[in-house]
Amino acid sequence: MPIANHHSSVPVIVDEDKCIADKGCTVCIDVCPLDVLWINEDTGKAHMKYDECWYCMPCEADCPTDAVTVNIPYLLR
Amino acid sequence: MEINNIPVIDTDILVIGGGTAGPMAAVTAKEQNPDLNVMLLEKANVKRSGAISMGMDGLNNAVVPGHATPEQYVKEITIANDGIVHQPALMAYATRSFPMIEKLDSWGVHFQKDETGDYDMKKVHHLGTYVLPMPEGHNVKKILYRRLRRNRVQIENRYTATRLLKDPDGNIAGMIGVNTRTAEPIIIRAKAVIMATGAAGRLGLPTSGYLFGTYENPANNGDGHAMAYHAGADLANLECFQINPLLKDYNGPACAYVTGPLGGFTSNAFGERFIECDYWSGQMMLEFFKELESGTGPVFLKLDHLAEETIQEIETVLHTNERPSRGRFHEGRDVNYRQRMVEMHISEVGFCSGHSASGVWTDETGATTVPGLYCAGDMASVAHNYMLGAFVYGQICGESAVEFAKSRREPVLDEAFIQTELERIQAPMKRADGIPPEQMEYKVRRLVNDYLQPPKVTRKMEIGLERILAVREDLPQLCARDPHELLRAMEVQSIIDCAEMAARASLYRTESRWGLYHYRVDYPEQDDSEWFYHSRLFKDENGQMASGKRPVADYLVPLGDEKDAYRKMRVQKAANA
Repeated sequence: MPIANHHSSVPVIVDEDKCIADKGCTVCIDVCPLDVLWINEDTGKAHMKYDECWYCMPCEADCPTDAVTVNIPYLLR
Repeated sequence: MEINNIPVIDTDILVIGGGTAGPMAAVTAKEQNPDLNVMLLEKANVKRSGAISMGMDGLNNAVVPGHATPEQYVKEITIANDGIVHQPALMAYATRSFPMIEKLDSWGVHFQKDETGDYDMKKVHHLGTYVLPMPEGHNVKKILYRRLRRNRVQIENRYTATRLLKDPDGNIAGMIGVNTRTAEPIIIRAKAVIMATGAAGRLGLPTSGYLFGTYENPANNGDGHAMAYHAGADLANLECFQINPLLKDYNGPACAYVTGPLGGFTSNAFGERFIECDYWSGQMMLEFFKELESGTGPVFLKLDHLAEETIQEIETVLHTNERPSRGRFHEGRDVNYRQRMVEMHISEVGFCSGHSASGVWTDETGATTVPGLYCAGDMASVAHNYMLGAFVYGQICGESAVEFAKSRREPVLDEAFIQTELERIQAPMKRADGIPPEQMEYKVRRLVNDYLQPPKVTRKMEIGLERILAVREDLPQLCARDPHELLRAMEVQSIIDCAEMAARASLYRTESRWGLYHYRVDYPEQDDSEWFYHSRLFKDENGQMASGKRPVADYLVPLGDEKDAYRKMRVQKAANA
C-alpha cells in the first residue's frame, strides 16, 4: 500500500550556529527520553527527526552551548 | 552460549527500567552483595529517563514520625481506594517510608524543612498529613545516576525489552529485547528479574490529539504490563483506571499539592471551591468530572486571589521542576496566575498504581506470581505509591531478588520461544510496505477514548473490545522503516495488549467503584457483597485472556468510623445559601 510523507512542524529547535554536535557533542541526543533527536547527516548538527515530543526539556537544560529550545507542540499551544 | 548467532549475556540480577524504582532496585542489590552482577536496562538513557526526568516537586505520601503513623497512612489509603487494597503491601511501604526519606536526604536530595530543621509537612489528604515539598527536587536523577556509577551497576541504555523468558519449571530466566537505534536483538539470562517500566501512559489519547502529549512520560507505554501478562503473571484491578486532573491541553499536573498549602485551589467557573480535598482519588475525580460537565463548569486552578510573593514562590517551584515547560505554555496563551484562573481538564486513561491502584500483582515483598520476577513503581499493583513508593518498592525488590538469586544456578533457556520472539521483533522491518506504527497507535488509542473512557457502558465496551481485536488482526501488516520506527512498532503491540486488558477488566467488574475510575453507568452502585475482591487478569492455560477474583487479605488496620470519609468529597452548601 502506498505511504505518504507527513509534513509536520516540530517543537524542538536547534540553533545550528551554537550547536557543537559536529565536534562530537551528543548531549541532547543522549538525554531525550523518546530518542527523537538525531544528527542531521547533511550538517552534522543535532535536529528533531521525529515529531514525538513530551516537551520535558532535558535537551534544552543539559545543552552545554544553549543551542536547544523546546517549544510547546503546535497542537497543544 | 549463542542463540541464532546472538551471544547470550549473563547476569545475576536484571533490572528492566531505569527511571525511579529501577535505579533504586539496582543500587540496593549491589549494596546487599557487591559481588553480584547487576544489570540495568533502559529504553532511553538512565540520566534522564522515566517519570522524574526533570525532577519532582514533592513527596505526596510521606509518612513522617510526629506527623503521621504507618497505621494512619494505611487506613487513609484503604479508605481512599474504596477498601480494595493489599494492606500488608501498604504497611511495608508506610514503615519504610521514613527510613527511605532519610536515605535520600543523606544522598543529597533536598526536602523542605522548617526553621527547626524538621521536615515541613503539609496537609493535602482528606484526613492526615503526608505531603513533603521538594522545591529543589530537580536533581533527583543526577543523584541516582551517581549512585549507580558508585555501586558499579552495569547500565545498558537504548534497549527495550520485548518479552520475559522462563525456565522449564516456570521460574524467571531473563529477557529478550532490541536496541532502539540499531534494531540488534539482545538476549539476557538472569537469575532474578525486577521490572520497573512505569505506567501504561499511552493507552488513552490526550484531548489535544497529540500522541505524545500524555500525562505520563510517553516512554512509559505499558511494555511491562504486556510482558508480565505474556509471562503468565497476574495483573490486578486494571479497571481502576488512572484519570488525573490536569492543566487542559498542556496535560501536566495542575499541582494542587504544591499550590494547595499556599492557598490555591480547584474551583468551578465562578471561582468557588467544590471539592473538600485536592488529593487525587476516584471520588474526587468523579466530583471533578461532574463539575466539568455541569453548568458551573469547566474547572480551574484558582491562584488569582493570592499575594504577589506567594505567586512568585509557586512559579519558581512549578516552572523549574517536574514539568518546567508549563511556564512557556502559559506564556503562549497570555495566562498569568495573577490575573486569570487556569483551565483544567481530566487526563486520558491509563494504568498507573502511582496514582490509582492497578498493575502487575505484587505482594509486600515485591513478588509477582512468577517466581523470581519482581515489580516496583507505577507498574506494580501497590496502591497510591507515587515517587516515594517507587523508591521503597525498588529497595524491597532489590532485597527480594538478591535472596531469590542466591541459591540459583544459571537458568535453562527456551530456545524455541526465543526463536519465535526474534521473528516477531524482526518482522516489521522486513516489510517494505504496510501500516506505520503511528497510524495503528492512533487508531487503537482513539478506540480506547471512544469506548472505554468512563462513564463506562457495557455495550459500548463490548464494541470497543471488538474493534481493538480487529486492530490486532492488522498486526501482520505493521511495518517499520528504521530502528526507531521498530521501537514504536514494538510499543504499539504492548499498547494493543493493554487496551484489550483495559476492556476485559472493565467488563468483568459488574459494579461501580473508585469514583470515576470505574464508573459503570449500567451498574451504578458499589456492590461489596459480590465485588469486595481484587480482580485478576491473566493468561490461562489455553493462552486466552482470563479474569478472576483474588480475596482481599485481612486488614492489619481496621477502618473504624472514618470508613466513608472519601465519599463526602463535595463541598456542602448551607441550606440557606
